[in-house]
Amino acid sequence: MATKGTVIGVISNIVTIQVDGPVAQNEICYITTGGDRLMAEVIKVVGQNAYVQVFESTRGMKVGAVAEFTGHMLEVTLGPGMLSKNYDGLQNDLDKMEGVFLKRGQYTYPLDKDRKWHFKPIVKPGDTVGASAWLGEVEENHQPLKIMAPIAMEGTATIKSIRPEGDYQCEEVIAVLTDEKGTEREVTMVQKWPVKIAMDNYREKPRPFKLLETGVRTIDTMNPIVEGGTGFIPGPFGTGKTVLQHAISKQAEADIVIIAACGERANEVVEIFTEFPELVDPHTGRKLMERTIIIANTSNMPVAAREASVYTAMTLAEYYRSMGLRVLLMADSTSRWAQALREMSNRMEELPGPDAFPMDLSAIISNFYGRAGYVYLNNGEVGSITFIGTVSPAGGNLKEPVTENTKKVARCFYALEQERADKKRYPAVNPIDSYSKYIEYPEFEAYITQRINGEWTAKVNDLKTRLLRGKEIAEQINILGDDGVPVDYHEVFWKSEVIDFVILQQDAFDEIDAVTPLERQEDILNLVVEICNTDFAFDNFLDVMDYFKKLINLCKQMNYAEFRSEKFEDYKRQIRAMLEEKKAN
Amino acid sequence: MIMATKAFQKIYTKISQITKATCSLRATGVGAEELATVNGKLAQVVKIAGDEVTLQVFEGTGGIPTDAEVVFLGSAPTLKVSEQLAGRFFNAYGRPIDGGPEVEGKEVEIGGPSVNPVRRKQPSELIATGIAGIDLNNTLVSGQKIPFFADPDQPFNQVMAMVALRAQTDKIILGGMGMTNDDYLYFKNVFSNAGALDRIVSFMNTTEDPAVERLLVPDMALAAAEYFAVEKNEKVLVLLTDMTSYADSLAIVSNRMDQIPSKDSMPGSLYSDLAKIYEKAVQFPAGGSITIIAVTTLSGGDITHAVPDNTGYITEGQLFLRRDSDIGKVIVDPFRSLSRLKQLVAGKKTRKDHPQVMNAAVRLYSDAANARTKMENGFDLTDYDDRTLAFAKDYADKLLAIDVNLNTTEMLDVTWGLFGKYFKPEEVNIKKELIDEFWKKS
Repeated sequence: MATKGTVIGVISNIVTIQVDGPVAQNEICYITTGGDRLMAEVIKVVGQNAYVQVFESTRGMKVGAVAEFTGHMLEVTLGPGMLSKNYDGLQNDLDKMEGVFLKRGQYTYPLDKDRKWHFKPIVKPGDTVGASAWLGEVEENHQPLKIMAPIAMEGTATIKSIRPEGDYQCEEVIAVLTDEKGTEREVTMVQKWPVKIAMDNYREKPRPFKLLETGVRTIDTMNPIVEGGTGFIPGPFGTGKTVLQHAISKQAEADIVIIAACGERANEVVEIFTEFPELVDPHTGRKLMERTIIIANTSNMPVAAREASVYTAMTLAEYYRSMGLRVLLMADSTSRWAQALREMSNRMEELPGPDAFPMDLSAIISNFYGRAGYVYLNNGEVGSITFIGTVSPAGGNLKEPVTENTKKVARCFYALEQERADKKRYPAVNPIDSYSKYIEYPEFEAYITQRINGEWTAKVNDLKTRLLRGKEIAEQINILGDDGVPVDYHEVFWKSEVIDFVILQQDAFDEIDAVTPLERQEDILNLVVEICNTDFAFDNFLDVMDYFKKLINLCKQMNYAEFRSEKFEDYKRQIRAMLEEKKAN
Repeated sequence: MIMATKAFQKIYTKISQITKATCSLRATGVGAEELATVNGKLAQVVKIAGDEVTLQVFEGTGGIPTDAEVVFLGSAPTLKVSEQLAGRFFNAYGRPIDGGPEVEGKEVEIGGPSVNPVRRKQPSELIATGIAGIDLNNTLVSGQKIPFFADPDQPFNQVMAMVALRAQTDKIILGGMGMTNDDYLYFKNVFSNAGALDRIVSFMNTTEDPAVERLLVPDMALAAAEYFAVEKNEKVLVLLTDMTSYADSLAIVSNRMDQIPSKDSMPGSLYSDLAKIYEKAVQFPAGGSITIIAVTTLSGGDITHAVPDNTGYITEGQLFLRRDSDIGKVIVDPFRSLSRLKQLVAGKKTRKDHPQVMNAAVRLYSDAANARTKMENGFDLTDYDDRTLAFAKDYADKLLAIDVNLNTTEMLDVTWGLFGKYFKPEEVNIKKELIDEFWKKS
């Protein structure tokens, strides 16, 4: 019999319940108050008292309210029908909710029960399968989705029966499995996975190596992220975190994009709702929304559900990865998630760690990032979850617990900088502080050599050195004055400005410049390297400045022009002519 | 708000604990966040533990005896909404302070539920203020939330009143928190001189009122705003000044509730508390909208303090005022100000050259700042430096100053004029097609 309880205390959304039976940590219960059933999660148990965090407003809740425990942890319902959906942090389908305002206690089914899916079996009766084995396939929005054996299955099972190719609803039984003990188990297209447990239904997790093309030059060229990689974007407000994140989610070469809007502005989510159905995926030519799932827990939605939202998003990602798909998961912002943990911990009167965050914050963050990765599935296929989180450091100070703990685990670091943003040098990713550990991987080097050529990494590293040198010289010029340094210094400085203006800076709002395919990035890189490697003959620093300003202007016009178009080639010719004109002999 | 004691209500008279802001007593059948009166003073339930209930008394517990009469009112704080709100001045509890009668209307709980994000519409209507520092560089959009980040001595209330009156809105709702009586009278005068009183609703907590009371002001103002925006499909502009005073009151309460403070002695829930207010800004599909312009006062310009910092992450940009010593006027600082929604209207609802012109001008203004640093350090200036400095002075005077009143097309023309006066086309880094069309040869 299910455990029941009665409410004996309420402080904001932490409710104390006296229970009449066993309860588990993180178990879900429903509390009935004022005609609403509110979902809550156990976060502490002391004797007969369970402390639960309620995922909604507890306004009006009284002592004596009845709670029913469900016997399971917070879980998501997985199956075909999730793509293009807008969910809240608990995977309620927001479009199915009635009214303009969110009503407390309203929970909606995340899939479409009535919709029929065209199912093709992969296995046949008599086959032996393990947990998460692919039993069949359905197509949703042109993605081949796999129908899998239950995740919780122990050992192997034999296929007793499987439905022939045809159209079925998601909750219809499509296969019957007989496990090692002889128990029969009916399988539908729907599975339920607990969100707070990392899924390990794969054979191996190697070091990731395959470039994930984002079309953003400061990422792909300078500090690439890879399929199955992890990265984070810290930045003070107003430095373009969200614009950069949206650019990545629009342009990245992934099969599925999951966006967890975690405690951020509702209008930013609305922007995705409004734009993604119109925008075209540059890789497939289909609408972006077809491959996107949005988990929206905006900042005004209940704080406990905010904590759940990132786990919900990650579990959805793991589900698609088990099908051999490339998933990109973006969470904006992980700081809001950490703050939700802090609010809970505070109300629970736990002893606080640094900045009043819970002591286990570092473990929670590293376990979460650890769930991303490139994997070989048990059937030899590959799948990946690339995870990029944003961090909103308090006061723009990177020495705060969330940034520091994230830096320990994320392999790419895109440091957004106030100073660059003030100068409107967007994306405001600081080229010197930012890094990608992947560019040092021999596996990546081998991959990029095969994809582009063997000189790529060396060229990129050369540009990075030039940027650093340019910055040093700029500081010297600031101290010594323009004519206090040799003319050569000005040349070196202006070459670093070329790298900045032509490669790093990119206009996210210009149709053409917003997305640069890898081929074009190679072209730009080669041109910039050519400029940097040219020795010029200048008489004085004023000439240097005038010359490079003109040159940069031409390069920018080239970036705005369609790749390989007449105009593009014309600008390139003009650039080459300029180089010839000032070349030292 | 119902203040009278209803018949058959149980009256408690035994208070077991009193602190500066709270009192506790044994009571049953009490709901979370329910209102109560303690010897006639309004209070709200903040904690229930078994039969012990803790109440936060808004005006403080001074003078409350252990045998005070406690009556529970059965609901969270409410406001009566109807057309009668228009033109009226209320206190933090929603009771008239202008000598007029009580408002009749539908009683709604304040601090109500959030809008389902999928039912929101993307903001797309420009709010013109005539101030180029705003319209040109940081265009406002209906449904946006944006604060002025300002030191207490800056004229933010004046600018806000000007923006409110020039903006084409149906209602202006003013929420005053810890406002000085002088500023309150200023707003009242400006609005009545402009003949706009009939579209203003005010909820006032002045420095003379108890600090904790002001926690009710934003929710009251926004409940009224939601009535006009949802029921009447009106465009509502909500002015909240000053949100730092609001946050200070949150800190006082959390301190008295023995909560562990986080950064700058603010409660750990500050982000969520502020977000609940600001996220009420919305564009409804039916045409109504709520736009919030707030004020966050800074201490010595420090934006890393927890209040402006959390606010910056919630709001869609921020506006900074600064006195420009070159021209001796207050300008809207183009470097630190930002409207995140500007790209929804800039170049779409305004002329197509707007985004590039705006960025180019700010970039050149930034070059001028570098030139000034060079000059101050005693270095020789180049011809380009001299030109940027001259441009910057003109730009500040003709566009950034808050006394400017132009439409956006005029602002763009003025800027092109300045480009032509001081620069060569290749120095402004603007797309060639736009240069060809708009470059002014002087």
